Amino acid sequence: MSWWNNQAALELFPLLLEGFRITLLATLLGSLLALTLGLVFAFIDRTAPEYIRRPLGWVLQFIRFTPPIAQLFFAYYVIRPNLGIGVDALTVGIVVLGVHYATYNAEIYRAGIEGVPKGQWEAVTALSLPQGRAWFGVILPQAIRRVLPSLGNNVIILFKEVPVLSAIAVTEMVRVGKEYTSDHFAFYIEAFTIAGLIYLVASYPTSLLMRKLEVRLGN
Amino acid sequence: MGDFFTTFADALPQLLSGIRITLILTASGAVLALVLSFLFGLMSRSRSIMVRGTSRVIVEFFRGTSLVVQLFWFVYAMPIVTGFQLDDPVYAGIIALGLNYGAYGAEVVRGGLNAVPQAQWEATIALNMTPLQRLRLVIVPQAMAEMIPPFGNLLIQLLKASSLVVLVGIADLSFEAEKIRLTNATEATAAFSISLVLYFVLAWLLNTGMRAWEGHAKAKLGRPVPRKRLLQPVRADQGGAV
Amino acid sequence: MATDTTAAQVETDTQALGPVVNFDKVVKRYGELTVLDELDFSVKPGERVTLIGPSGSGKTTILRLLMTLEKVTDGVIWVEGEPLSHMRDSGGELVPANEAYLRQMRKRIGMVFQQFNLFPNMNVLRNITEAPVHVLGLSKDEAAVRARELLELVGLSDKENAHPSKLSGGQQQRVAIARALAMRPDILLLDEVTSALDPELVADVQNVLRDIASSTDITMLIVTHEMHFARDVSQRVLMFDKGKIIEEGTPERLFSEPREERTQKFLRAVLEGR
Repeated sequence: MSWWNNQAALELFPLLLEGFRITLLATLLGSLLALTLGLVFAFIDRTAPEYIRRPLGWVLQFIRFTPPIAQLFFAYYVIRPNLGIGVDALTVGIVVLGVHYATYNAEIYRAGIEGVPKGQWEAVTALSLPQGRAWFGVILPQAIRRVLPSLGNNVIILFKEVPVLSAIAVTEMVRVGKEYTSDHFAFYIEAFTIAGLIYLVASYPTSLLMRKLEVRLGN
Repeated sequence: MGDFFTTFADALPQLLSGIRITLILTASGAVLALVLSFLFGLMSRSRSIMVRGTSRVIVEFFRGTSLVVQLFWFVYAMPIVTGFQLDDPVYAGIIALGLNYGAYGAEVVRGGLNAVPQAQWEATIALNMTPLQRLRLVIVPQAMAEMIPPFGNLLIQLLKASSLVVLVGIADLSFEAEKIRLTNATEATAAFSISLVLYFVLAWLLNTGMRAWEGHAKAKLGRPVPRKRLLQPVRADQGGAV
Repeated sequence: MATDTTAAQVETDTQALGPVVNFDKVVKRYGELTVLDELDFSVKPGERVTLIGPSGSGKTTILRLLMTLEKVTDGVIWVEGEPLSHMRDSGGELVPANEAYLRQMRKRIGMVFQQFNLFPNMNVLRNITEAPVHVLGLSKDEAAVRARELLELVGLSDKENAHPSKLSGGQQQRVAIARALAMRPDILLLDEVTSALDPELVADVQNVLRDIASSTDITMLIVTHEMHFARDVSQRVLMFDKGKIIEEGTPERLFSEPREERTQKFLRAVLEGR
């Protein structure tokens, strides 16, 4: 194992974990945004008039059909300077990933809402529940329960996409590894193997959990 | 706003040269991914637990580790481990994209094969076909119709993921856009806007092509899809398989 | 040396005269459920045998075992004097058959399914020519000539370019019959071939099978609930219940004067059900 340097590995590990904290933070906040905004999109798609739904559909399709990295560059170098307030790179990154995955989550929520039996809507009407109560008390709890595994999978996918934030100099884990290796002109294997393993260790059990959930919820 | 259009004309040629690399990455990555999808997908149906287990481990490994990390690994670490330097990092990009999406595609192939009714397998046995003939002549052509829509999703994800090569310095479309900004910050708006639009157009073309192929494949099986539905984008609920 | 030759001679003779299908204490179990219980029976060359009995009595399982779609749990099935489910290892012992051996044996057997199982990725002609071309090694032209003869036999000459989904159930089943015959099997297995058809389409399929029965010497094993058809085509009827043959005889005798109470009950139920 001449190409593996234990000392560099030991030095890298805590640094990478430090970067991993940023990765997790971005995952957490990005997913939170993706989950709420996705629900908002799905809600608009379900209730708003055609002249709002249609353009919204186009925008969401555009976001889905373009890479997060290109969106990131656009947000960071075109939108951010025009905001007039200081926003750091991490925030831009979280918002871009959050919005990107919100467009996918919207589809998941939509499918979930469509999957709620028609009888439930009829029951809601028969009881003349107010709109808000109907949505938040009856329809959404059922819809979200059914699609929890799919939403969870998108969290995992977002998690694996966080390294794109290194393109705008967010020091998440992969960026840390890259900086370390370019400082030393060495230790590429150590850096990217450890980073890969950290990813595997974090994401594999989570995706197993999602699969289990999927089986338990019976789809 | 006036200079938007002048810079637009300046930026375009450079972006088009980036598109060439994006297309090479996407097309080659997709071909490699397709081959690996079938390899791993068929392995996962093997009777031998060794073969099944091997495919399972490879698939889980490439799905479990981030594509970005794999990309770094193939570009920076692999040459040291194997002593084999790919003369162009684009090859490393293709390998990383192909392996990653091959792992996701394996699930598509497995699902597609499982969707072919057991009775069709039985008919191929009754006609005394070899296991390979069963797949080639009867099962895969039918399974394809089921596989095309999810493959279409993966193809668009792959196109989008090809932009990750920016991070290892491969000069694709996103890279060229970023380069334009670095040389002249006033052209950033034009460069990034055009690159977004170009990605969208590519994705839209791929999507349309895949929908047409789906329609063709299903019509051949006697299950025509309404034209209106084919014109709609594939409803993808899973984000980039990164 | 001399005795060896005699032994071989004897074996060839028994092959020629002996049964084309022979079940020797065949057991089939699915977990706890015993579908066939030490079943013994045999079929002579060219004989048409109808298997009847309530659902779950094991008759379809017999066809599926013969087609090697299922494996026996115990016992041996012999086809034309050779073991089907098993093959002989170097020491002459019977061991479970491998795929290469099964392919050798399957050549002799064809099957028509209840749900036709035509290939939706091929038109009618290719459904019939595909296996002859790829399995028997016929040229495309040879296979097409034969396929057209068979299509004429089943009365569908004008449908060779049609897609299976454009055909009625009866037409699909007749294509499936042509497809099975194109492989020139010695033994044809018919598994409830008219059960999935609308009543008005049943007669066409049955007439085709009657034609084939009277114009060829293919051995047939037929699972059906159509007693008239069984009477017309078969020389022998086996009544199954709970994995065993409980009565057998000519169709004339068995249908008009069944001896077993369960046979009487079953026949009554079938007649009333119609």
